[in-house]
Amino acid sequence: MIGWPPFGLAARILCACCVLVAPLAVAQDTARRSGYQDMGRSLQAMQDDDMANPAMLWVQEGAALWTRRAGSADKSCADCHGDVGGMAGVAARYPAFAAGLGRPVDLEQRINLCRTDKQKADALADESRELLALAAYVARQSRGRPIAPPDDARLQPFIAAGDALYRRRQGQLNLSCAQCHDDNAGRKLGGATIPQAHPTGYPIYRLEWQGLGSLKRRLRNCLVGMRAEAYGYDAPEYVALELFLLSRARGMTLESPAVRP
Amino acid sequence: MGHALVNVPASVKRGDAFEIKALIAHPMETGFRPGPNGVLLPRNIIQRFTCTYNGVEVFSLTLSPAIAANPYIAFFTVATESGSLTLRWTGDKDFMAEETVPITVTA
Amino acid sequence: MIDTSPETTRRAFLVCSTGSAAALALGVAPAQATPESLDAAIKAVVGTARLRAGKVTLDLPPLVENGNTVPMTVSVDSPMTESDHVTAIHVFNEKNPQPHVMSATLGPRAGKAKVSVRIKLNDSQKVVAIAQTSAGEFWTASADVIVTLAACVEDPT
Repeated sequence: MIGWPPFGLAARILCACCVLVAPLAVAQDTARRSGYQDMGRSLQAMQDDDMANPAMLWVQEGAALWTRRAGSADKSCADCHGDVGGMAGVAARYPAFAAGLGRPVDLEQRINLCRTDKQKADALADESRELLALAAYVARQSRGRPIAPPDDARLQPFIAAGDALYRRRQGQLNLSCAQCHDDNAGRKLGGATIPQAHPTGYPIYRLEWQGLGSLKRRLRNCLVGMRAEAYGYDAPEYVALELFLLSRARGMTLESPAVRP
Repeated sequence: MGHALVNVPASVKRGDAFEIKALIAHPMETGFRPGPNGVLLPRNIIQRFTCTYNGVEVFSLTLSPAIAANPYIAFFTVATESGSLTLRWTGDKDFMAEETVPITVTA
Repeated sequence: MIDTSPETTRRAFLVCSTGSAAALALGVAPAQATPESLDAAIKAVVGTARLRAGKVTLDLPPLVENGNTVPMTVSVDSPMTESDHVTAIHVFNEKNPQPHVMSATLGPRAGKAKVSVRIKLNDSQKVVAIAQTSAGEFWTASADVIVTLAACVEDPT
C-alpha cells in the first residue's frame, strides 16, 4: 500500500522526469491490459503489419543466424533444433529452469548457453544485435500464443523472490514497481499511460530506443527511473523479476516482437 | 552493409497500382545530437532512395535528418509487365544498399 | 502565404523535455527551424506560384507518443494520368533543426499519389505537405501535431 497520497507519487516522478502533465485520470479498468491496448492506432498498425514492423529487420537477421555455423563445434542452431517452426511456443514458457545451473534462465541466456555449451562459441554480448536478432526470431514463432510459464516447483522460490523485488521500495525516489504498475496503472505519467507491466511483446522495438531491446533493458530503464542503481546484466534479480512478471501475465497473448513508444 | 525488407504482392493485374513497402536498417543519425562526450555525433543518414521498374525510374525520395531511424518507405506503382523492381538507398559515408524483387503481372 | 484551415482545439500539454532542460543548463541554444525558415523553404519550392489548400491529405497522429518515429502518410487527390498527375510531394516542418523533411518525385506510372514514411518531430509543431502537379499547380495541407514526452526515458538528465 502507498504510505502517502497518490499525488505524492506523481509529484515525485514528475519532478524527477521534469514533466508537467494534465491532471491524473483514474484507472477504472481492473482487467489485465497489454501495453498494446494503450497505444494509438498508428503504432498498433506498425506492430501488426510484418511488412511495416521495424523489429522484423532483426527477425530477418535472426533467420540468417539460425542456419549459420558458429564455434569450434561448427554447428548452427538449425543443426540441433531443425526448422525454426519447432520453436513455436518456446518463448512463451521462458524464463525456464536450467538444471545444469540450478537456477532459471531467460531466453537470451538460454541462447547463450547453447552458444557456449553446444556450439563451443563465445557468448553473445547482452543487447547485441545478434543476440536480440536470435531472440526475436525465436520469439516470433510464439506470436499469438498464450504466455505459459512452466509449472515447475523448482521455479517457485525464484518467482517468490521476483514478487518480493516487485514490491520492494528502491532508489532515491523510494518507489516499488508495484506503486506505478499496480497502484497507478492506467493513469498518466507525462504523455504516457502507465502500463500494467505485462511483458507481452519482448524483445520490443521501442521508439525511444530507435531499436530492439530486451525485457532486461526495460527493467534497467525502470530502475534508473526510480533513481536506483541498476543491477549488473548477469544479476539473478532480473530473471526473478522476469519470472514473476510472466507468471503474472500467464494466459495473455504473446505479441513478440512488439512495438512500444 | 545494410539489410532491407521489401514487400510487393506476389502477382498484380496489368494496369493496377500496387503498393511497395520497404524497410531498411539504418541509424539515421541527425548530426544534431551530442554524443556522450558532448560533441555532436556526425550526421549519418540515407539521402536518396530510388525505385526502378525494369530499368525505368518510377519513384524517388530525397530524405532529410527528419526521417526516423530504420526508414520505412511505402509508395505505389502501376503494374505494366512482369520483371523486377530494384530499390536503391544511398547516403552519407558512402552508404549503398540495393534490393531487387521480382514482380509477376497477369493479364 | 499558406491558406490555413480552422484548427481543432486540443488539450494543451505543458511539456518540458529533458533535452531542452539540458541545453538550457549548458547555455546552448539548439538549432531550430523557425516559421520564417519554414516559409523560406516552402518559397524555394513554390516560388511565386499560388499555394492552395486542398487535394492533399496529410495523415499524422494528432497526439504523438514518441517523436522519434511518427508514422506519416501523404496522399493527393489526382487521376495520375499522363496529362494530369502529381510530379512531386514535399513535406516541411516548423521546429526541427531543419525545415525540410522529404521530397518525393513521382509521375503517371505511380498510379496513386500516396507516400508513407516515418518522421522525427522534436517538439509539438506544424507539419506542411505540398503537392506539385503536372499543370504547375501547388496544393497543400498542414497538420498541428502534439508531441508528448515519453515518461521513462533511458538516460534522464
